[in-house]
Amino acid sequence: MQLETAHYDDFMVVTLLEDRLDAAIALDFKDTMRDLTLDAPPRVILDLANVRFLDSSGLGAVIGAMKQLGNRRKLELAGLKPAVDKVFRLTRMDTIFVIHPDLASALEGTGTSQTGQAHAY
Amino acid sequence: MRIEPIPQCAELVEEHLPGNSVELRLVFPCTQPNVRRALSSTMSGLGAMNLCEDDSSTVELVLAEVLNNVTEHAYRDEATGMIELHLKQTENGLSCRVIDNGQCMPRNSPPQGHPPNPNRPLEMQPEGGFGWFLIRHLTSDLTYMRNAASNVLSFRIAVGQSVSRN
Repeated sequence: MQLETAHYDDFMVVTLLEDRLDAAIALDFKDTMRDLTLDAPPRVILDLANVRFLDSSGLGAVIGAMKQLGNRRKLELAGLKPAVDKVFRLTRMDTIFVIHPDLASALEGTGTSQTGQAHAY
Repeated sequence: MRIEPIPQCAELVEEHLPGNSVELRLVFPCTQPNVRRALSSTMSGLGAMNLCEDDSSTVELVLAEVLNNVTEHAYRDEATGMIELHLKQTENGLSCRVIDNGQCMPRNSPPQGHPPNPNRPLEMQPEGGFGWFLIRHLTSDLTYMRNAASNVLSFRIAVGQSVSRN
C-alpha cells in the first residue's frame, strides 16, 4: 500500500496512492495511519482522490483512523469519487467527517500552497 | 462466447444469451486477493450490460461485500474453500447467486444489517457491521439456503433499469 504525506505547521495531508481501499488493505491502511499520525497536528486531511472503490472494510478503516486521532484532532476527507461518496452517504457516515470536494478546497484559507514537507511511504 | 482466464481462478465463462443478455459464472479459491481479481473480471464481464457508472459501482460494492463476508466469516479467512458466483442479466436487473462450502450463517439466517447511527459519540462508532446494511439496502429478493454443506445466497440488484448514460 502506498501513501504520501505532506507536513505543514498546523495540519498534515495524507494522500492514498491506491485505487482501491478495500478489505485487502483495510487493516494495513489503519495501522499505517496510526503510525503516520502519532504526532500529527490538529487537522489531518486524507486525500482520497485516487481511490475509485471503497467497501465497508475500507469505510471501517477510515473511521478507525479518525478514532485513533482522539478528540483533540480531526480527520477531514477530500476528493471523494462518486463510488466512494456513495458508501459514506448510504451509511450516513458522511455526517461524522468534514468532507471537502478536493484537496485545494481543503487547503483554502490556510494561506498555504501545496508545498509542505513531503514523504512517501 | 469469450473465455477470459484470470490468475488462480478456476473458471470464468461469459455468455451472450439470445437477446444480448449477459451471464457469468466464476469459480475461485477464496482469498482476499482473489476476491479483488474476481471483482475485476466480473466488472469487465458485465461490460456488455452498458451499466451507468452509478449502477456499476453498486454492483461492485454489493458483490465485494458478499464475497468478503464469505471469505472472512464462512471460511474464517482460512483460504480453504471455493466460491462460486453466478450472475445473470434479467429484465429486472442482475440476478446473483453465490455458493460456498464454508460455515453456515449464524442462526441459519443472514444478518439484518441494521442502519448505522451517525449520532453516536465518535469513540462509540463501530468500525464494521456496514456490509449487511449495504447488501440489504442495495438488493432485493434476498434468500439464503443451507444445502447440505453449502451456503446459497441469492439476490437481485436492480440495475440497468434506466437508459444507459454511457
